[in-house]
Amino acid sequence: MIDRRHMLSMTAPGLLALSLLAAPLAAEAQGTDKAMSFVKATGDRLVAVVNGPGSASTKRAAMTQIINNDVDVDGIAKFCLGRFWRQTTPEQQKQYLTLFREVLVTSITSKLGEYQGVKITMGRSKPQDEAAVVSTTVERPNNAPTAVDWIIADPSSSPKIIDVVAEGTSLRLTQRQDYGSYLTHNNNDINALIAAMKNQVSQSG
Amino acid sequence: MRPDLPPRVSVFGTQRLLPLLILPVLAGLLFIVAGCATRPPADDPEAIADYEQTNDPLEPANRVFYAVNNGLDIVILRPAAQAYRFVVPGDVRQGVHNVLANLGSPVLLVNDIMEGKPRRAGDTTMRFLINSTVGVLGIFDVAAKWGYKEHDADFGMTMANWGVPEGPFLFLPVLGPTDPRDAAGFGVDIALDPFTWVGAPGSTGLTAFKWTRYGLNAVDARERVLDPIEQIKKTALDPYATFRSLYRQHRHAQIEELRNDNRATVPVWFPQPTSPSNH
Repeated sequence: MIDRRHMLSMTAPGLLALSLLAAPLAAEAQGTDKAMSFVKATGDRLVAVVNGPGSASTKRAAMTQIINNDVDVDGIAKFCLGRFWRQTTPEQQKQYLTLFREVLVTSITSKLGEYQGVKITMGRSKPQDEAAVVSTTVERPNNAPTAVDWIIADPSSSPKIIDVVAEGTSLRLTQRQDYGSYLTHNNNDINALIAAMKNQVSQSG
Repeated sequence: MRPDLPPRVSVFGTQRLLPLLILPVLAGLLFIVAGCATRPPADDPEAIADYEQTNDPLEPANRVFYAVNNGLDIVILRPAAQAYRFVVPGDVRQGVHNVLANLGSPVLLVNDIMEGKPRRAGDTTMRFLINSTVGVLGIFDVAAKWGYKEHDADFGMTMANWGVPEGPFLFLPVLGPTDPRDAAGFGVDIALDPFTWVGAPGSTGLTAFKWTRYGLNAVDARERVLDPIEQIKKTALDPYATFRSLYRQHRHAQIEELRNDNRATVPVWFPQPTSPSNH
């Protein structure tokens, strides 16, 4: 026999705990929903630019605008410099941020042609620390479907993309380890990194 | 006629595994010659944290092997992969890839079982049965369309699931980016492969089949990453560090997926359960 009174007395604190939990959960759910619609909107615009009509230069301009609006480029740049960020002068920081944006924009816009026919299918969304992760599947003709997670900072107030994780590999983490290793092998000299980035921009330009 | 030779003694197939034994010895020698990475000074805790996270104490030797492999790749593997892509149409390449993947099913199955993932093992079995028959010796991946999707399994992942740590990063000749756990796993997978053991040693047909399979596997795998690798070499400031990072992240993601995979396989012809909603 189940002791009903006992069960009832257990239910009351249980309900209380549930209602206490529910408030932050609701906020989280709202954040992930917003992140979801943000990624959907950004993804739709990306696909429209890539697959749409227009010359290469207008497409590049449209893509640059999307990056500037929806991606926290400066935040990613800071993350990629890691512990070296605080060792740089404000002047170097400014130079680095400008160069980082250029490198990022050119590396994305130079590949627009390859993404012709791209399709993004929305998956689930879940909170991760302060951010939200939105899972999608990116399909390109003649390529196996790729699982791509979009990491969205401040999902409920001002959502911005802070990372893209393709098949489990984080773009910003990979970049950070590339820069970190380059700096370690160049006497931790930020100017060497800045020179290398300038070289990259001039080569791709 | 040849006189009857005494049966060749092959203690646990040492002969077949000999190339695998030589590699680590060679690698060990070079690590001694090339020395170790310098640890950052003790008064820089952040640098030490980064150094430990990178976990590549043998970096100088690894970079030597990276350079050697890169040279070999440029003169042998990459041209072969480019020629393969140029000559063989995409559909045929996909078919070849499917056949190779199907031949790998026994190893996959053993690892699925050792990982304690019966559903994955069931999927592998169904994939092998369907693709070997309806899929014409594995040319067509019919099973994926029927709801049995492909997944990864190897002995490195199996050991990871058992709690064996990956250890420091290694870049080995021919094998490429790896770590002690995954390199050992690679050897075990070869030992687990029935094709390693079938046939009498010295049977020409089988030897040719085995080496064709190894060669095709290498060319197929290389062809599939021609563009990404080209892109990384062009854009990374330190390609070695970038490959190191990508290898590790990819491995961690595979292992994470394995750990979280408690799938209930429902074939497409069976009534689908309503997917649990997110919230």
